[in-house]
Amino acid sequence: MSEVLLDVAGLSVHHGQLCAVDDVSFSLRRGEILAMIGANGAGKSTLLRTIAGLHKPSSGTVSFDGEDIATLSPNRRVRLGISLVPEGRRLFSSMTLEENLQVGAYRANEGPFNIPRIYELFDWMGGRRKQSVWQLSGGEQQAVAIGRALVANPQVLLLDELSLGLAPIVIERIYALVPEIVAQGVSILIVEQDVAQGVAVADRVHCLLEGRTSLVGAPGDLTPEEIDRAYFGANMSSATPSDGTNE
Amino acid sequence: MIWLNVVIQGVLIGGFYALFACGLSLMFGVLKVINLAHGDMAVVAGYVAVFLTPHLHIPEVWSFLVVVPIFGLLGYVVQRTLIQKSIDRDPFTTLLVTFGLSVVIENLLLEIYTANGQTVNVGTLITRSWHPTSNVYVSYVSLGVLGVAVAVLGILQLFLSRTGTGRLIRAVADDREAAQLSGANYRHIFGIAAAIAFATVALAGIAYGMTTQFAPTSGGVNLLFAFEAVVIGGIGSLWGTLIGGVALGVAQQFGAHFNPEYQILAGNVLFLVVLAIRPQGLFGRKTALS
Amino acid sequence: MSVTAPAARSGGSPSIRRSSVPPIYTLAGTCVLVALLTMAPWIVPAEAATTLMNFFILVIMATMWNLLAGYAGMVSIGQQAFIGLGAYATLYFALKGVNPFLTIPISTLVCAVIAVPVTFLLFRLRGGYFAIATWVVSDTALLIIGAIPFLGGGTGKLMPGLQSLSPTQTAHDSYLATWIVALVVVTGTYLLLRSRLGLVLASIRDNEVAARSAGVNVQSARRMIFVIAAAGCGAAGAVLAISQPFVQPSSVFNIQWAAEMLFVSMIGGLGTIEGPIIGSIIYFVLQQRLQQYGVWYLIIFGSLAVVVALWQPRGLWGAFRDRYHSELLPVGYWIREPK
Repeated sequence: MSEVLLDVAGLSVHHGQLCAVDDVSFSLRRGEILAMIGANGAGKSTLLRTIAGLHKPSSGTVSFDGEDIATLSPNRRVRLGISLVPEGRRLFSSMTLEENLQVGAYRANEGPFNIPRIYELFDWMGGRRKQSVWQLSGGEQQAVAIGRALVANPQVLLLDELSLGLAPIVIERIYALVPEIVAQGVSILIVEQDVAQGVAVADRVHCLLEGRTSLVGAPGDLTPEEIDRAYFGANMSSATPSDGTNE
Repeated sequence: MIWLNVVIQGVLIGGFYALFACGLSLMFGVLKVINLAHGDMAVVAGYVAVFLTPHLHIPEVWSFLVVVPIFGLLGYVVQRTLIQKSIDRDPFTTLLVTFGLSVVIENLLLEIYTANGQTVNVGTLITRSWHPTSNVYVSYVSLGVLGVAVAVLGILQLFLSRTGTGRLIRAVADDREAAQLSGANYRHIFGIAAAIAFATVALAGIAYGMTTQFAPTSGGVNLLFAFEAVVIGGIGSLWGTLIGGVALGVAQQFGAHFNPEYQILAGNVLFLVVLAIRPQGLFGRKTALS
Repeated sequence: MSVTAPAARSGGSPSIRRSSVPPIYTLAGTCVLVALLTMAPWIVPAEAATTLMNFFILVIMATMWNLLAGYAGMVSIGQQAFIGLGAYATLYFALKGVNPFLTIPISTLVCAVIAVPVTFLLFRLRGGYFAIATWVVSDTALLIIGAIPFLGGGTGKLMPGLQSLSPTQTAHDSYLATWIVALVVVTGTYLLLRSRLGLVLASIRDNEVAARSAGVNVQSARRMIFVIAAAGCGAAGAVLAISQPFVQPSSVFNIQWAAEMLFVSMIGGLGTIEGPIIGSIIYFVLQQRLQQYGVWYLIIFGSLAVVVALWQPRGLWGAFRDRYHSELLPVGYWIREPK
């Protein structure tokens, strides 16, 4: 059992001519929560989707537990232990809550999570399992999406923009679950536009700007000004405009 | 009482149209592919039943026991090879490839078996029918086909709603990428959907051969009917396809009652009217529309 | 960070050209070809002239299908509706006493007019459903026309107004009419694609959302192309009715035309002007060679189209163009960097 679970080295991903991810490297250790922050279009979602297997990188490697997974299709990566909760929830709209979970559980890995366990984690789900998912609120749908990914018993859980379109109190409640999930032995890579949330929950922070790494470190070691500059590419909190140039 | 017979005949043939169409509907719902060779597959099944199964010493009426599973397997193989390759290019290519295949198949059949009409021999059963009143005739074979159609649709609906694989098929139809992320091998699921489509259409083709003469070009006209049934009933709903098939059948019988030349035209008109007034069909979701 | 100046360049700024082949060659070649083809009935045997005539009809249809599918992205397997309507419009006016040759432009117009309301129905569907719906429209047209006794019903009728001339004269006139229509259609399409509408089409084909946000009225452009393609096929139907003077619903509304248009365009090269022409040449050569073997030429051609669709979707001319970077009838632009 090595310490490093997921290792990304020199990864570049292109959308046609556009370079969405430019030479990004990082690793995710067992039991760790890593937050990937950055503005809209910084390349965070593309990065997650590439790790999940939906995009082919133009260069660089993605390794899981020491092995290069470049040739594996998304469903094989799920079997290996990488699960992505995609941006926008992407639930199966013609199905009920329970059916969505059942799809996630089909030939799932061995582990602590099964459907009854998900109903314990989200206590409101049990009573509404036969409801169609399009009848659920945004926050409830996000919970179902997380449940669907958890039920496969991943070792690495990729969370893409959990807070998008949700009310602050709902976001808080969802983030409150994150430590519980980690306690079950799942490592988490979370992508967030909301810097405060990302920094608050993470052990380490990795900031992307226009596809490139702009800042890496533990939340305790970074100042708000540093994060600002890395996020926006300029120091927004400073009053004098001439401070705005970056190296 | 004449009208009752018209409606009954319409319902009987409607069941057949639904059986024919459910594969088309499934392929579109799951693979997002219109198989323009769908009708021709039914005709090929008919030819296999008439010309090839006798070599296995099986009476033609039981040929479906052999032909349907073979076609299911064929569907899986064709999907994993040709169709998947077309899908990987773009939707355009799938239309062109399936249309090309349709023309090739029809002309091959023409060359090998000539344009003569063929039927699937069911012995004396073809002549037996039920006469509840003097004006109503219910042919046993047609009734049997309706029964098979409803049974197959019912089993298919149960399969989709109750089993794990059926759920995966619905998941892939809803959102292919999300299904992949949930661990589904979507190519395999596509293959299963295609296998079901080919198997049901083979059954429909043999059923067709029992009640009517078929020829190499019969596939085309039945594809048209299947398509009309799906659109009238609503794209994306199996029971909608059944209702659509019945509506089409009844419309055609009404047209035929006035003038035999108007039979197909009446169906086409109903289709165009539904398209004009309620394009998503009677039970459909607005997914295939622009 | 310092900025280094690029190494000194001779020449100057990049230039934008229409063609990599100097246009004077293409123009000269075309003029020679046009002259030869116009004089064909007098220099080649009658059988060859008839073959050429059928070739032109195919080129017209394939060019129109290519316009619909290759440029506007609409796959139709129902263009034979307008071929049939064009043929029957010509028959109708001829029966009313008009010289059949004069009805050609009228038939074309009739098809264009009918096409407009048809688009309002058809444009509710997309992709494969649109394709099959075009077939339903064609089937409906066949059934309606077939029920009109005045036009010969299901059995068909002989085109009047052609018996007054000698057979050779009729053959010459038919040939010229077909040749002129083909010339007009191909030239017209060429000019259309070089015009602003052509640019609009290319933008829709490449990225519809971007085109829409740049202010392009996608629906109008598509509608216009559908009407033009209908008109073109109507013209083909008109000359078809004149050249095969017995007009029958099952022959003019036959889905075989759709198959031919599609295969020819695919093999020749979708999205090019030269493609349908080259595809038609290959088709005819194959048909002549394999005539005695029944429909095998169609089976081979269809299989070839499937293979091309899967492995070389740009067709023969597309492959040639990509490899040698030259076009005979250019509709796009080349950017030439100075050396």
